[in-house]
Amino acid sequence: MKLTYKHAIGAVVLLFGAAAPWLISGYELSLLGRFLALSILAMGIMLTWGEAGILSLGQGVFFGLGGYALAMHLKLEGLNLANGDMPDFMVWSGVSALPRLWYPFANGFFSLACVVIVPGAFAAMFSWLVFRRRVGGVYFALITQALALAFSTLVISQQAYTGGFNGLTDFSTLFGWDITSLGAARVIYWITLVLVVLAYMFLSWLLSSRFGVMLRATRDGENRVRFLGHDPVPYKVVAFSIAGTLAGIGGALFTLHSGVVSPALVGVVPSIEMVVWVAVGGRNILWGAIAGTLLVNFAKDQISSALPSLWLYGLGALFVLAVSFLPTGIAGLFQPDTAAERVVRRMLTRTKVRTAE
Amino acid sequence: MNATPAPILMMEHVTVDFDGFKALTDVSLSLSPCALRVLIGPNGAGKSTLCDTIIGRVRPSSGKITFKDEVITDLAEQEIVRRGICRKFQTPGVLPTLSVMENLLVSARKNRSFFRTFTTKVPAEERESAESILEKIGLTDRRDVIAADLAHGEKQWLEIGMVVATDADLLLLDEPTAGMGPQDTQRTAELILSLLGRHAVLVIDHDMSFVEALNGYVTVLHQGQILKEGSVAEIRADPEVTAVYLGRSDDDDAAAA
Repeated sequence: MKLTYKHAIGAVVLLFGAAAPWLISGYELSLLGRFLALSILAMGIMLTWGEAGILSLGQGVFFGLGGYALAMHLKLEGLNLANGDMPDFMVWSGVSALPRLWYPFANGFFSLACVVIVPGAFAAMFSWLVFRRRVGGVYFALITQALALAFSTLVISQQAYTGGFNGLTDFSTLFGWDITSLGAARVIYWITLVLVVLAYMFLSWLLSSRFGVMLRATRDGENRVRFLGHDPVPYKVVAFSIAGTLAGIGGALFTLHSGVVSPALVGVVPSIEMVVWVAVGGRNILWGAIAGTLLVNFAKDQISSALPSLWLYGLGALFVLAVSFLPTGIAGLFQPDTAAERVVRRMLTRTKVRTAE
Repeated sequence: MNATPAPILMMEHVTVDFDGFKALTDVSLSLSPCALRVLIGPNGAGKSTLCDTIIGRVRPSSGKITFKDEVITDLAEQEIVRRGICRKFQTPGVLPTLSVMENLLVSARKNRSFFRTFTTKVPAEERESAESILEKIGLTDRRDVIAADLAHGEKQWLEIGMVVATDADLLLLDEPTAGMGPQDTQRTAELILSLLGRHAVLVIDHDMSFVEALNGYVTVLHQGQILKEGSVAEIRADPEVTAVYLGRSDDDDAAAA
């Protein structure tokens, strides 16, 4: 492999990333850790939206599945189940015995396996059902949005099993390790950073493989691909499933960082926000998805603490600006006039002409 | 034509009904392996619908289609393609963000299972076939250009190249010269003639100078029915065909195309 200036930049960024616990305050580190966890999810959106042309407005669902799978274990750890102990919120809700669904989550390894498997498997099943019927484009986006709405409504309504609107919070240990200490925050941060790097490397390889080419081919012309003898469905399902898995892992890490998972993070609005991060950062360039997530979320933190009512307008404006003037996002500025950018521009002008008619 | 070999494709009494409008009525057609067939007819005659029906994009309401002794009428599109039929669309159906070479490599994949795509290696056989097609369609020095940036004629050739790259036994070329100048049209005719040793080719066009350059067996379609079949000379001399085209001269036709 030839080393280029890109590798050098990557190494420097990574070095600063690894040294961040000594460079920034504990509060900033906690934010950075959360946003890095979110950027794992954002890379999945880059894969599906940017490379496969599948816009999902329901990534919050997979994020939530990962987050809740881990949180359920965190709520059970340290409880004596044989003794009839139950998580605090269940006691308050008047539940008489721990629901069956909860039992397996007492095992930490089962829980971790669920974080990875459940969102991916659910995404695969869901998208297979939809793509098999050749439903795509805007219709798919609408279905995913409905899914996000249904999921958050379900979580809120089943208070006795899910903690309802307040979600699951107040965690103390994971595998007997105190996760509330400052030292633990650093370790969780580094774990997050490692997973970001692994996800980045995996997706870089995937996009350079023949699978990546087939995915872009499907985005460019699903019918053309079909009439070349390929079935486009498995490519789209696998891509969507990988994005679901990444969202789940991101959700679990976010839960560890923030100490809470709640319906406020999995519904329609957060799902749309996730798409905005990637639109701003750049949907066809992998590091753009990470940069966009960090940038938008730090901006959100600053703006919403200074002028809370302004943030939603800011978010909307950001999305409109990114889509109209920077179709390939901020990352596109560093790689101007790339193939993808020209095609996206062309598509936008064509849409404009059509609406003008 | 000497002793006729077993036909590679047979359409028997195919009727296509679009909510009461019969796009094709009782069409029977048979194509020989490695031979050329030209399908002509005025606008709306059902030429593209005929292609769509063979490839499975449109399903006939009655009749059957047999390819290499197998009934393909109800197979899924990609299954029909895997049996060995590939089609070029009327408006160039290249994959715009992929490079010329990538377009050909996607088409040239021998094993179309998606499990085999989790690799960055392209089998040597597929690469060689793509290289040779690249040369044939004259785009060797444009290999890394993305397809969206090709000139219109180049896109047409690339799509013909993609169809050839699938190594299908039957190629359906829907207006391969649409939007081309006379020089490019001539080159396209030569390109198609060079394919005949390996593939059977069905060409749709209504540019008569192109049809003459191909000089193949012609089928005339009119209002969803086969009006006439014969050599180019026979078709030219036929009063019924001339009447269908309403006495329009060849030049008008070329301009309309």
